Order: sequence, then structure tokens, then C-alpha cells
Amino acid sequence: MLEHLDAVVLARVQFAFTVSFHFVFPAFSIGLASYLMVLEALWLRTGKGVYANLFRYWLMIFSVVFGMGVVSGVVMSYQFGTNWSVFSEKAGPVIGPLMAYEVMTAFFLEAGFLGVMLFGMNKVGKGLHFLATCMVALGTLISATWILAANSWMQTPAGHLVTEQGQFVPGPSWWAIVFTASFPYRLVHTVIAAYLTTALAVGGVGAWHLLRDRANHGARKMFSMAMWMAAIVAPIQIFVGDAHGLNTLEHQPAKILAIEGHYEPSPEGASLILFGMPDSKAARVDYAVEVPKLGSLILKHDPNAALPGLNDFPREDWPPVAIVFWSFRIMVGLGFAMLGLGLWSLLARWRGGLYDWRWLHRAALGMGPAGFVAVIAGWITTEVGRQPFTVYGLLRTAESHSPLAAPAVATSLIAFVVVYFFAFGAGIYYLLRLMAKAPQPGEPEPPSQPQRAAGITPAPAAASMER
Amino acid sequence: MESIDLTVVWALIIGFAVFAYVVMDGFDLGIGILFPTLKVGEERDQAMNSIAPVWDGNETWLVLGGGGLMAAFPLAYAIILPATYPLMIAMLLGLIFRGVAFEFRWRDPRHRAFWDLAFTAGSVAAALSQGIALGAILQGIRVREGAYAGGWLDWLSPFSLLTGVALLTGYAALGAAWLNWKTEGGAQNHARRMVHLLVPAMIAMLIAVSAATPFLNYDYWRRWFDFPGVLLTAQVPLLVAICAFVLLRSLAAGAERLPFLMLLVLFLLCFVGLGISIFPYAVPRSVTIWAAAAPPRSQSFMLAGAMFIIPIILAYTGWAYWVFRGKVGTHGYH
Ligand code: HDD
Ligand code: HEM
Ligand code: HEM
Repeated sequence: MLEHLDAVVLARVQFAFTVSFHFVFPAFSIGLASYLMVLEALWLRTGKGVYANLFRYWLMIFSVVFGMGVVSGVVMSYQFGTNWSVFSEKAGPVIGPLMAYEVMTAFFLEAGFLGVMLFGMNKVGKGLHFLATCMVALGTLISATWILAANSWMQTPAGHLVTEQGQFVPGPSWWAIVFTASFPYRLVHTVIAAYLTTALAVGGVGAWHLLRDRANHGARKMFSMAMWMAAIVAPIQIFVGDAHGLNTLEHQPAKILAIEGHYEPSPEGASLILFGMPDSKAARVDYAVEVPKLGSLILKHDPNAALPGLNDFPREDWPPVAIVFWSFRIMVGLGFAMLGLGLWSLLARWRGGLYDWRWLHRAALGMGPAGFVAVIAGWITTEVGRQPFTVYGLLRTAESHSPLAAPAVATSLIAFVVVYFFAFGAGIYYLLRLMAKAPQPGEPEPPSQPQRAAGITPAPAAASMER
Repeated sequence: MESIDLTVVWALIIGFAVFAYVVMDGFDLGIGILFPTLKVGEERDQAMNSIAPVWDGNETWLVLGGGGLMAAFPLAYAIILPATYPLMIAMLLGLIFRGVAFEFRWRDPRHRAFWDLAFTAGSVAAALSQGIALGAILQGIRVREGAYAGGWLDWLSPFSLLTGVALLTGYAALGAAWLNWKTEGGAQNHARRMVHLLVPAMIAMLIAVSAATPFLNYDYWRRWFDFPGVLLTAQVPLLVAICAFVLLRSLAAGAERLPFLMLLVLFLLCFVGLGISIFPYAVPRSVTIWAAAAPPRSQSFMLAGAMFIIPIILAYTGWAYWVFRGKVGTHGYH
């Protein structure tokens, strides 16, 4: 029995490890693909060299990120079969087609046009090249849509029937399977998260180069674009996150109660626990710092509304409280920090100090990786909060795994850890090196001829230092 | 939906995806396998550049094969992957090294030798594990009550090792024929010599595998040799012989494209042969495609899209190849 349990735990660790690594890359490539599309469009419209240079600068980074996203993603698509064969057999007829559509409509689109986007500048005309960039960006968004539809069905399953053998099969309407209750919220929240993550990363790189050379035209441009994005999108994300939470309360109440740390029901309105130490054995939160009534105000928009507690649910259906309690606070804390950064940049812009306020640049540099942390924290909240089920309320994680011996899973887990840290560690190091190089300080106008492979011919820097 | 059997249609679609993967990523992996024999510098750079714009698309067929299997034949997916667990993990890890090497060798010239090695090791690992997995599936998987019931090393046998080496040889031949087409100068001369060596080696392997398969199980034997089916099945080896002959002749005559195309035909024939052995099983001799199939509603939902989308995919993939037509040249696209 113990051995049996171990294989499940190991498989869970393996899934969490590989998917967390994987998601770091899509979070960046979804945002970067759209950013590159915008840069190329601006370049085509205005003809300004600064956009062409930024395009090439971020394209190089994009190609490394995308490559790592692809290889880590292929691992994910096989992991369902290798480690979660029972889940695959039971849920395959429902989520399999969603993922098959993801491959057909998104992965091929990205992969087919990626070659032209990366290497085709001097092979096809500008218009076709821009089309390739748009297709890659569109592909990343379509991919997110399908995979999140699959994930949302696992969170809030609907539209299926269950056979005698316990297999989930599609009901009369696929519409109901794709558009489950949590899907719209999850899609919007995750895509915005990818944009925000990218904005902060771009802003961090811009800030780094501004700290070294305030006159660098490319650094100014990217910093300004990124700060606009952060200032506009961070508040939207907080708003969407709030709506997402309300929706989750309706469909997965135990998850929200775990996030909030509410073991006891609160018939007269729940407090908001800011910090504390959840202790599921004793079913209480130690050292809690709380604001009375605020929990109900946020979740019910009424300070006196009653909320249930985890004690209302059977204990074997509780998610691991401490993990989601903390991961949620990390995400929300970073969300407010991003809002702060955005507001600060607006103030600086208004006062004409966007390129001169050193502390703003330092803060933006520090916040550069914040998006990645928030995104992983968010996914951990969502996925760990779904526990102990893989299909919420219907199929338990402990009944989903492959008939594998623990040593086999342990060996593969070690292999994944070693290879990932090594290969993706090297990749992240190369990325940082690429980012440490300043974008070309003087931007020549792009030549009207089709570009040469080597890039745009450097013209006298003076001609283009206009700002 | 009475007249067409959706399950057979899906078996054909997945068969097509796997075939597309085998030939397309086959030449990418083949180049990885042959990489150490290429001269550092211009030869290797040309080889790398000839596949850099297309490898991602080629690998995507593998994702369609796997994802399609999960969606259309969930039971087969749930049996085959645990049964070949260490092979699948080795393949995935191999594909990681192979995939990142494309970028990293250009990003870090000081460690290029290392990433070139990773490129080769990853390609060899992926090719071998795919070949061994094929052998493991052919020789049969232990199934009880609709789940894999064997240990984690059941796949290992002389036969599966043989299929592993056979696929490795076949991929290497594809890679060499591709280089003969896409490169020039020293790299091309080298590639041509390699095809001359590898095609006979591949055929020898093919004969060995074909000779061993009917002995794995009486079922396979009957498939191939019972009268009157043998009149039909005998055409396959005959065509293989003709194909190999044309290939080697065209190579001697200095043709660049024809050898590669003939190799594709050779692979197709092998695939047809495999189909003859396996059909109608999804997991040979224990689970048929009908037993493994997802309900018709899943299959028809996907088919509605697949019918339109797969031709579109083929069209823009063809376009991407067309953009990068001709010789790579020494500067390539990087
Ligand atoms: C289509 C389905 C799907 C999608 C889109 C995701 N996951 Fe997931 N996740 C699963 C399907 C799944 C699963 C197969 O159902 C697992 C494996 C074990 C389990 O309980 O659920 C799981 C577990 C799981 C765990 C471990 C939870 C635990 O065992 O306590 C973590 C931390 C994540 N996932 C994180 C993520 C991240 C960072 C994702 C973003 C890319 C993500 N998941 C997307
Ligand atoms: C467990 C869940 C997941 C699986 C099985 C999975 C599978 C894959 C696969 C197979 C690829 C490579 C495709 C190729 O060959 O081009 C990939 C890449 C990608 N995935 Fe995932 N994925 C998962 C989670 C997610 C999520 C949640 C998102 C977005 C919200 C996402 C977005 C992407 C994107 C945009 C790519 C393109 C490549 C890149 O980003 O670098 N994936 N994924
Ligand atoms: C500060 C305000 C925020 C709130 C109130 C909020 C709320 C939530 C909630 C309630 C969930 C879990 C939903 C569920 O599982 O049912 C969630 C998930 C998630 N969050 Fe946030 N969030 C906030 C900020 C952010 C930020 C700044 C990011 C990233 C940049 C982010 C990224 C994510 C991701 C990737 C997920 C998992 C996918 C999903 O379920 O949507 N969140 N968020």
C-alpha cells in the first residue's frame, strides 16, 4: 500500500515540476509573440528604425524562449499517458479532442510560420513576413484557449456523461464541454497574466539599460511601452482576478475556503485573514492577522454575508490548505506590487521623469521576474486547490495514475530534474546574456530594399539620434 | 455515419501522422546521428541550417500522433505508454537536448562542441527509443483487464533492439539523402558517400526485421504467407527491391532529389508492411482498434475539424518548405 502511494506522489511531483517549468516559457512566448507583432506593425507603419531594432533584439530572445517552450511542451503531452494512464483512459474521450484541436489549430500554425518568422526576413516580402509573425502570435493564443478549455473542464466538469466503466464521454453538446463555468475567467486571467509577465520582463530589461545609459533610444522605447502596458493591464488583472475568485467560490467552494484559510463557517460574515499559519490537523489558522468582515465584503460584496467553512466538507475532500493559502498571497501581493509600479510610472511620465527616475528604474528591474513568480503561484493555487481530484469531484488523483512501480517513476523524476536544470538552466543563462546586451544605441532607418540576412546596414548614428 | 467506420478513419489519420513524423523528423534526427561525421565548421553549419526552419513543424506530427491517440484510442494510449515507459522518457529527454541544441550552439560558440554532442546524443536516444518501442509493440504487450500488466523492462528483447538499430539506420539514411539534396561542396560529397553505405545497411536491417516478425507469432505468419493473401503481400518486398535499385542508380548518376524521394517511398512501403502485420489491432493481439476506440461522438467531433484543417496544415507547411527551397548555402539563415 505504501509503495502504491509513493508512485502517486512521485508522479504528482513529476507532473508539477515539468508543467511548472513548461509554463514559464509559454507565459513569456505568448506575450513576446504579440509584442513582436506590435513592433513589426509599428515599424511597417512608421518606418522608424528603432522598431526594427527592437524587433530584432526581442526576436533573438523569442527564438530561444520558444524553443524551450516547445521541447518542454512535448514532454507534457506524453506525460498524460506515461504517468496518468488511468486518467487518460477515463477522460481521454472528453479532453483528448480538445488537445487534438490544439495541435491542429495552434501548434502547427506556430511551427509552420516560425521558420519564416525567424529566418525568412530576406526570403519573403515584408508583408508576408508580417503575416508570419501574426500567425505565430495567433497560434500562441489559440493554444492557450484549447489547453485552458481542457484544464477548465477538469476544474469545473460539465457536458459529459459517465459510462458504466467510469469513462467520461461527451454528452450531446461539445459547446458545454468547451465553455465550462470557469473557462472564460481562466482564459482571460491567464492571457493577461502572460502579457503582464512579458511587460515586466521587457520593462526590467529596459530599466537595466537605462540605468547604464539613459540616452539609449531602444531602451527608452521598450521601457516606455512596457510601463504603459503594466499601468493599464495590472488593474484589469486585479479586477479579473476578483471575478475569477467569485466564480470559484460558486463552483469550487472548498478551494476558496482553503485559499482564505476559513476552517470554521462564518454565519455573520467572514474576516479576511491577511497572514497566518494554517494548520489542517487542528483545523485552525495560528497567528492570524485578520480584518473583520472584509472576507465577506470581497467574496460576497456584503460584509455580513454568511460563508461556509472547510469543516462543512468531508476532510478527505480538502485540498492542501497551507500551499494554496501561501501561493495565493504571493500572487495577489505581486499583483498589487505591479499595480504600484504602473502607477509610479504614470506619475513619472506625467512629471517628465520616466527616463530619469533612478529608483523607478531600480524598482522595474527588481520587478522584472515578478510575473513569472506570480504566474507559477497562480497555477499552484489553481491546481493544488483542485486536489484531491483530477476531475473535480468525480475522479480522485489517487485513482488516476499509471500502473507503474515507484522506482521507475523515481528514476524518471530524477532524470527530468537533472536534465531540466541543466538544459533549461543553460538556456536561461543565454537569455540573460542576450538581455544584458544593450539594444543598438543609434537606429538607422530601414532600407527600402528587402533586408539582407546580416540585418540593417549601420548608417551614421547621428542621423537617427532624434528623440 | 453508418457507411463509414469512423474508427478505421481515425486509425488511418493517426497512421498518417506517425508516418509524417517518421519521415520528416526522421531526416532531422538522421542529421543528428550523422553529425559527428561532418566536419566542424562549414559542413556542420550547412547541415544545421538546412533543418533549422522546419524541425519544429516536423516534430509537431509527433504531438499529433500522441494527442490523436489519446483522443481517438484512449485505451491504446493508456496501455502503450506505461508499457514503454523508460523508452518514452528517454525519447522525450533526447528530444529536449536535440531541440535546444539548435539555438544554443549559435548562442555559445565556446561550448559549440558540447551542444553538437548533445545534438547527436539526443537524436540517437530519440531514434533508438522510437525503434525499440516499435519492436516492443510488435512483439506484444501484457494486458489484463484493460490495463498494462507487465513490468517496466518488458520491452527489452533481442527483437526490439533489432528494430531500434534498424530505425536508427533508416533515419541516418534519410538524413544523408536530405543533405545530398540541400547542401553543396564537401558536405554534399560526404552525404552522397553516406547514402551509398546506409541504404544497403538499411535494407539488410529491413530483411532481418521482416524475417523475424512472422516468427514472433503465428498470426503474423498467417497474415503474410497464407494463400491467396500472399499474392498481395509479396508485392511489398518486390517493390522494396525495385525502389532500392532505382535509388542507388539515381545516386550514381548524380541525382540530388530523386534519392531522397525514393527513400520516402521505401519508408512508405515499410509502413504498409507494418500495417499488414498489425491491422486491426491498436495494441497488437490484445486490443483491437474498435475495443480501444473513443465513443463516436469524440471521433466525429475531431473528424469534422481534421478534414479541413489537415489539408490546410499541409498547404502552409508546403509553403514554408518552398520559402527555403534550394541549397542552403554556407551562410544559411542565422
Ligand atoms: C490539461 C490539463 C492541465 C493543465 C492545462 C495544467 N495541469 Fe496541472 N495538473 C494536471 C493537469 C493540468 C493533472 C494531470 O490533472 C495533475 C497531475 C496530478 C494531478 O493531481 O493533477 C496536475 C497537477 C499539477 C500540480 C500538482 C498538484 C498536486 O499534485 O498537488 C501542479 C503544481 C500543477 N499541476 C501545476 C500546473 C501548472 C503550472 C500549469 C500551467 C501550465 C498546469 N498545472 C496546467
Ligand atoms: C498540462 C498541460 C499542457 C500540455 C500537455 C501542453 C503541451 C504543449 C506542447 C506539446 C507544446 C509544444 C508544441 C509544439 O511542438 O510546437 C506546447 C507549447 C506551448 N504551450 Fe503548452 N501545454 C500545457 C500547458 C499549457 C498552458 C496552460 C498554456 C497556456 C495558457 C500553454 C501554452 C503553450 C504555448 C503558447 C506553446 C507554444 C510554444 C511556446 O510557448 O514556447 N501550455 N505545449
Ligand atoms: C491581485 C489580484 C489577483 C487576484 C485577486 C487573482 C485571483 C486569482 C484566483 C482566485 C485564481 C484561482 C482561480 C481558480 O483556480 O479557480 C487565480 C489563478 C491564477 N492567477 Fe491570479 N489573481 C491576481 C493576480 C494575478 C497576477 C498579477 C498574475 C500573473 C501575472 C496572476 C496569474 C494567475 C494564473 C496564471 C492563475 C492560474 C490560471 C487560472 O486559474 O486562471 N494572477 N488568480
